[in-house]
Amino acid sequence: MKKLIALLLALMVMFSLGACGSKETTDSTANNDAAATDDAAATDDAAATDDAATEDTGDTGAADGELIKVGIINNDPNESGYRTANDADMKAVFTEENGYDATYAYSLKNDEQIAAAQKFVQDEVDYLLISAAGTAGWDSVLMDAQNAGIRVILFDRTIDADDSLYAASIVSDMALEGETAVNWLADQGLDEYNIIHIQGVMGSAAQVGRTGALDEMVAANDNWNLVTQQTAEWNAETAQQIVQSVIDSGEEFNVIYAENDDMAKGAVAALDKANISHGVDGDVIIMGFDCNKWALEELLAGNWNYDGQCNPFQASYIDEIIKGIENGQEPAEKVVIMEEKGFDAATITQEDVDQYGI
Amino acid sequence: MTSVKSKQQGSVLTQKLHSKRQLFIPIAALLVLILVNLINDPSFFAIKVGTNSTGDPVLSGNLITILDNASELAILAIGMTLVTAASGGQDISVGATIAIAGSVVLRVLCGTEARPETLQAPIIVAFLVCCVVSMLFGAFNGALVAYFKIQPMVATLILYTAGRSIAAWINNNALPIISEPSFAYYGNFIPGIAIPTPVFIAIACMIIIALVLKFTTLGLYTQSVGINPHSSRLNGINPEFIKFITYVILGLCVAVAGFIKVSRFSTINYSVVAKDIEMDAILAVALGGNALSGGKFSMAASILGAYVIQFLTTTLYTFKVDSSALPAYKAVVVIILVVLSSPVAREKMAKLWKKVAPAKTAKEAN
Repeated sequence: MKKLIALLLALMVMFSLGACGSKETTDSTANNDAAATDDAAATDDAAATDDAATEDTGDTGAADGELIKVGIINNDPNESGYRTANDADMKAVFTEENGYDATYAYSLKNDEQIAAAQKFVQDEVDYLLISAAGTAGWDSVLMDAQNAGIRVILFDRTIDADDSLYAASIVSDMALEGETAVNWLADQGLDEYNIIHIQGVMGSAAQVGRTGALDEMVAANDNWNLVTQQTAEWNAETAQQIVQSVIDSGEEFNVIYAENDDMAKGAVAALDKANISHGVDGDVIIMGFDCNKWALEELLAGNWNYDGQCNPFQASYIDEIIKGIENGQEPAEKVVIMEEKGFDAATITQEDVDQYGI
Repeated sequence: MTSVKSKQQGSVLTQKLHSKRQLFIPIAALLVLILVNLINDPSFFAIKVGTNSTGDPVLSGNLITILDNASELAILAIGMTLVTAASGGQDISVGATIAIAGSVVLRVLCGTEARPETLQAPIIVAFLVCCVVSMLFGAFNGALVAYFKIQPMVATLILYTAGRSIAAWINNNALPIISEPSFAYYGNFIPGIAIPTPVFIAIACMIIIALVLKFTTLGLYTQSVGINPHSSRLNGINPEFIKFITYVILGLCVAVAGFIKVSRFSTINYSVVAKDIEMDAILAVALGGNALSGGKFSMAASILGAYVIQFLTTTLYTFKVDSSALPAYKAVVVIILVVLSSPVAREKMAKLWKKVAPAKTAKEAN
């Protein structure tokens, strides 16, 4: 009996692995489809930079007909809308037409990612692009890469390793995202700011960065008050309950600062239920982050006031750096902080929605 | 044989007494929570009639919020109680299968479009498909547990880890949004009716399970299988089938809960929808004083447990507990409740009670 169970479990493990494998392939095709639509804008961007770059390098890379081999290690595109957009952006930029031969490896686990990196080193790729799941444990494989003459570029996430081990690191500055948003809020010139602050999963980089800026502002100004500060763990429903409890308690508030779009949506649902007006010309200012397409549409419709971008489109930056290195130009800065916008309902246009929505 | 019979009859009697005593802890917990809120701020219990942004009347207030938001948990608690009673283990995949159920609903309603102008299928069809799919996943869990005798927690671990990816795959990783307002009725309000719809759905589920337990042998069979599968087999019950069927019933509960969840926002987020709800559902069963090792159960106590959990959550929000400390507060309350409602503690308390008031218990026994 025990043997039977053991056999069954083994089969099941195989089955689940098989399932994962086949899922990944379907995912990648799905992403290719998505890439065609969602990231048309991003490709335009990339194409523009490509044009600039290929004007210089056009003779060397493309004329030889040799593709630049890149190994891309990313987190599972299922993880979030951000990751899906990020992966689709990579697939749109690192194509054969742009002179690349790209191979992808996905995992949310650091050790699996390191194993994938080792395999890419053995395969002698020219560039290794890594969005690391964890910060530790990368030194030895990056050392191997360096010895093999492979250049490493980090994107989205940094790691704890000597910066001589990688050529560049392209990251978002979450604290700056928070500052941009809080400065926008300060510019609104309200007499008093009574803020419902809905936080993401405590300790995540996005939560720490976006909370920090608001906390500082509240501490520095007497007319800025936090009505409540609670974590909804990125969950719309929890956010709705938090706002609902404030409404039920009868406390006054005029700003909702939600650290992502989903939670802002949940908060708005609670306001709608209580018939409290929000958005442009409304009683309550709604702020979200991440620039999901549907969120930007809410902005365009005037239901929300502000949405801060968390830029998933690193591919064009990486492309530029690689083309530079191929030309013998080292990137000027090791750490490249991506440009991130904040959108205001008063100034957003349909083009912004199409271009920056993820 | 006669002795077995008389024992069974006896157990039915004690069971009735038992289940009454079992209700004591969740009711006491509820009373304590009510008292705390009364002392803190009596307006906690205020219920207001207002209108929402579309001009329809709605009731609002903390009590309504609690009733509304506990609906999914109460529905899940029904299935989880049966699964616990029959198989002596818990299904930890309900959160992930809710994601699958919700994804199926959206897939049927949206087709392949992410933002359909019109629904591609009637809502009732989407709901039925979602029920079938959820019951199939329940049957998968049930088969592993009942026929392959795998530990329930291990068997359901498969879907716990894979479920959210499957949910994302069903919709090709897209996050469909339904703009049709009638779809949102099931998770919010039906225009003109001031009480949230999930409350009605939860009540309907409770009535159905009450009727099923009253007029079928399901309750008796699940308990006897949970207490001793071998002797139930000797009495002509098929323990495997009973275990299997409880997982299918839980699958149905998951479908209803998943349907409410997607209706609330007319969309889904695969990674966070119904996150950790399996733990709350198991907690509801435990708070109801049901032995997690299976056997006798009290359905009413489990359902009450679900409402206690939501009451606690809402209370903590109104107390504005620091967000990083919230889980710690919740944990402390939960530990106290679970320890108090554990069979061992209840036995001790019963003994203590006997010592304090021997005359009264003697009367009760007669």
